[in-house]
Amino acid sequence: MSLTEFIYQFFISFCGTIAFGALFQVPLKQYVFCGITGAAGWVLYVWMMRVQPSPVFASLVAVLLLTALARLFSTRRKAPITVFLLCGIFPLVPGAGIYYTAYYFIMGETTLTMIKGAETIKIAGALALGMVLVLGLPNGLFQPIFQKKVTQKH
Amino acid sequence: MQQQSVLELAVQAGEILLENGAEVFRVQQTMEIMAAGYGADEFHVYVLTNGIFASMQEDGKNHVARLENVPQSSVHLARVDAVNSLSRKIAQGQISMEDAFAELERIRNIPILSLPLQMLACGAGAGFFTLIFGGNLADFACSFVAGILLQLFLCKAEKYKINKIITRLLGAALVTAVAAICIITGAGHDMDKMIIGSIMPLVPGIAMTTAIRDFFNSDYLSGTIRLMDALIIGLSIATGVGAVLGFAAVALGVRL
Repeated sequence: MSLTEFIYQFFISFCGTIAFGALFQVPLKQYVFCGITGAAGWVLYVWMMRVQPSPVFASLVAVLLLTALARLFSTRRKAPITVFLLCGIFPLVPGAGIYYTAYYFIMGETTLTMIKGAETIKIAGALALGMVLVLGLPNGLFQPIFQKKVTQKH
Repeated sequence: MQQQSVLELAVQAGEILLENGAEVFRVQQTMEIMAAGYGADEFHVYVLTNGIFASMQEDGKNHVARLENVPQSSVHLARVDAVNSLSRKIAQGQISMEDAFAELERIRNIPILSLPLQMLACGAGAGFFTLIFGGNLADFACSFVAGILLQLFLCKAEKYKINKIITRLLGAALVTAVAAICIITGAGHDMDKMIIGSIMPLVPGIAMTTAIRDFFNSDYLSGTIRLMDALIIGLSIATGVGAVLGFAAVALGVRL
């Protein structure tokens, strides 16, 4: 991925995530961090699709980074993880899958409908799996290393 | 009466969290933290996606209980964040109960964005997601318009209390129609990308994410409710998009 493309992809997913953050009434001071969460997930997804063109696998890897970032921001920024996770996940949500499944169904392409439908469900499953894996990591990993530990709800 | 106020406070806080998009586990945990912070005895709480059941012991003998029906409304993460901070303060014993009630009242009144700003955000969201899925600048402009119209429609639908499934279906049909018009008039370039970008504000990303987190915390019942919600929203979007595409193909003879 060239630098220009990296910046372009980062920028559009950053802005897209913030737009959704605004719709979900995220506090103003967290906008930038929501944007970074979403953009990081999306850029990794795009890069993974170059290396290994499988949307399911790329979604899984991207959501791992995204959830880890969301947890990190949640402890550092003292805000519920919900704030970062709900907005950041949007670039990875299989909206395209829903669309193509409906499209092929209407156009009478039964085989393609099945393929796209199954892929959409698999992507949703990969997102769930990745999120659960990172949410299951112990809290200590996301605490500041050289600071006094504070008890924190996630 | 002092202890009844603890119950009241916890239930009010839980209600704000639940209706503004927090997951079940957080609601339950926050309510317990608040009750413990004010030294409540025998505080028990059970939370579902759309209801809170809480009870506690008063004066060491009588049990008082509260049951609250919490219908789902729109997501407001700033309120979730604010209640979270409040519960942290209570846990550290930094705030009196009167102040906590006042704070809850303030949180309940945190404003939502004005309609023009919401429309702008929705338009920008739709536009940028069109770019994310590979559209060009012309598609961005068309999706921006579609997003603005979509948010306007969603607001009106909420005001007139139109059924949620129908709202999603019609919303998806609306953005598909806008995209189709853009293609027919030559304003847009790639219809797929425009439609995918503009349905993003409707897709069940939140319901799905919350469902996963409810399952993760073993709240299977609430998780199932959310998952069903996600599936049905997904189906209604697909139906809305499909209806317009099908209409264009059959009635107008345009294969878009």
